[in-house]
Amino acid sequence: MNQRAAVLSLISPAYLWLTLTILLPLSAMLYYSFLSDVPIGSREVSWTLENYGTFFEKAFYSELMLRSFKLGAEVTTFCLLLGFPCALALAKSIGGRTKEALFLLIILPFWSNALVRIFSWTMVLRGNGILEYYINWLLPGTGPLGLMFTYPAILLGLVHSYLPYMILTCYISIDAIDNQLLEAARSLGAGKLTIFFRLIVPLALPGIVAGSVLIFIPVIGSFMEPRLLGGRNGTFIGTIIEDQFTAVFNWPLGAALSFIMMGLVLLVLLGFSPLVRRFK
Amino acid sequence: MNFLKWIGRTYLICIVVFLYVPILVMVALSFNESQLYRLPIEWSIRWYEALANNSKLHSATVNSLTVAFLSTCLSTMMGTAVALAFYRYDFRAKRLLQILIFPPITIPWLIIGTAMLVFFFWVGIGRGLHAMVLGHVALSLPYVVIVVSARLKSFDSALEDAARSLGASYWQTTLWVTVPWLMPGIIAAALFAFAVSLDQFVISYFLAAPGVTTLPVEIYTAIRKGLTPEINAISTLVILLSMLLLLGVSRFYRFGGRD
Repeated sequence: MNQRAAVLSLISPAYLWLTLTILLPLSAMLYYSFLSDVPIGSREVSWTLENYGTFFEKAFYSELMLRSFKLGAEVTTFCLLLGFPCALALAKSIGGRTKEALFLLIILPFWSNALVRIFSWTMVLRGNGILEYYINWLLPGTGPLGLMFTYPAILLGLVHSYLPYMILTCYISIDAIDNQLLEAARSLGAGKLTIFFRLIVPLALPGIVAGSVLIFIPVIGSFMEPRLLGGRNGTFIGTIIEDQFTAVFNWPLGAALSFIMMGLVLLVLLGFSPLVRRFK
Repeated sequence: MNFLKWIGRTYLICIVVFLYVPILVMVALSFNESQLYRLPIEWSIRWYEALANNSKLHSATVNSLTVAFLSTCLSTMMGTAVALAFYRYDFRAKRLLQILIFPPITIPWLIIGTAMLVFFFWVGIGRGLHAMVLGHVALSLPYVVIVVSARLKSFDSALEDAARSLGASYWQTTLWVTVPWLMPGIIAAALFAFAVSLDQFVISYFLAAPGVTTLPVEIYTAIRKGLTPEINAISTLVILLSMLLLLGVSRFYRFGGRD
């Protein structure tokens, strides 16, 4: 059997599937974003740039976009600040079975139901919820905390959801750093801070970047988390896009907003790439 | 240095507590008698009993399992084939194809989900369980390729050569020599794909036809209607199942990529 036929027969089912479910849908969405209306039945539909124009005309949309990007940046930053030390401790300060067990404990909630985990936070944060109950039990007279349906609640839920991603990617790159290298730096007189900032951080950069991208992109597109934890304060570009498809049925506008969002995400990633290259 | 290690360990424990406490709270409240989540907890299993009579949840569960089963079979077969092709052959565009398998992970699910909705509507596939299977397979493919590829790294291709020299055909070798050896990797990949499908909310949410939902979509709708401990009970069962699945994966596949 020649190689060409073998490769084709092995990979074509999967790639045809991806074409049908990813490539063609995204193309269809791009097409829709230039239409004046959803082409159902005998509706008159024409080409237009209006959907993209709407975004630039109405400050409402750009403000929400900015709000989403701010949320994405904050969640990513918190995940990095919390997750990096955790990955470092996991990779370098314990070993053997405990390490494996702890790693598994941190990774397991990673893939488990995002929805259920956000729901768990509503149980903790809601008025008369667990947190309020125990704080008032410890410090009588504190009264209601009013945490539910606020921006911090959304932030907390998202950091909780995405933290394991950062720990996983950072752990993989920190774990690959040779201990002898750290030993050598130490014996040459490098202080702990020097080792951390001049050795560990640059070497772990691929993990930091991978983790940040894996968190930043989905957070910008999140809609379920802001809805459940943010209530009326939970309007972001993701929830607006969802509305266009499920409530307002303005698919062309939703499509245009999606592509503007992806374009801006790409710009942000490109903006960061010189920084990444300099460290290399 | 010991002091630093001690801080590191304490910190790790804090993170694990942070990750698990909300989930444990949610689980504990599923055993609370009070409809209004009144505290302190009075233990009861009445919400689990209520589940037994909730026919909406039953059909959502059946739907979830059906979709997960079908998409697991499909994505495991196709993903394993792709991993084999990447392992065996060097060809033009291999790098590109390797990157192209990942869009499902790097584009927000919101956009993939809505794009599928638009396209499936346009070409007449529509919404429903079949549309969800289409979507879930695409989402779990990358995971299958990663997990099976990891197992292939330690495969000795001399085994295949031996089979071929003894007269086995190309497909016979693949089917009776390579695949059995890969089985632990394939099982891990299948469990993984099953968990991904079972937990998938966003894509299912956009592709659910009226009245035909999966568990996560049903849970979401229920939460938005109003909180009841019944949601806690079903969530507890769902999270238990997906944790068991991932524990199963970890028996065969080492997360963190070290073999």
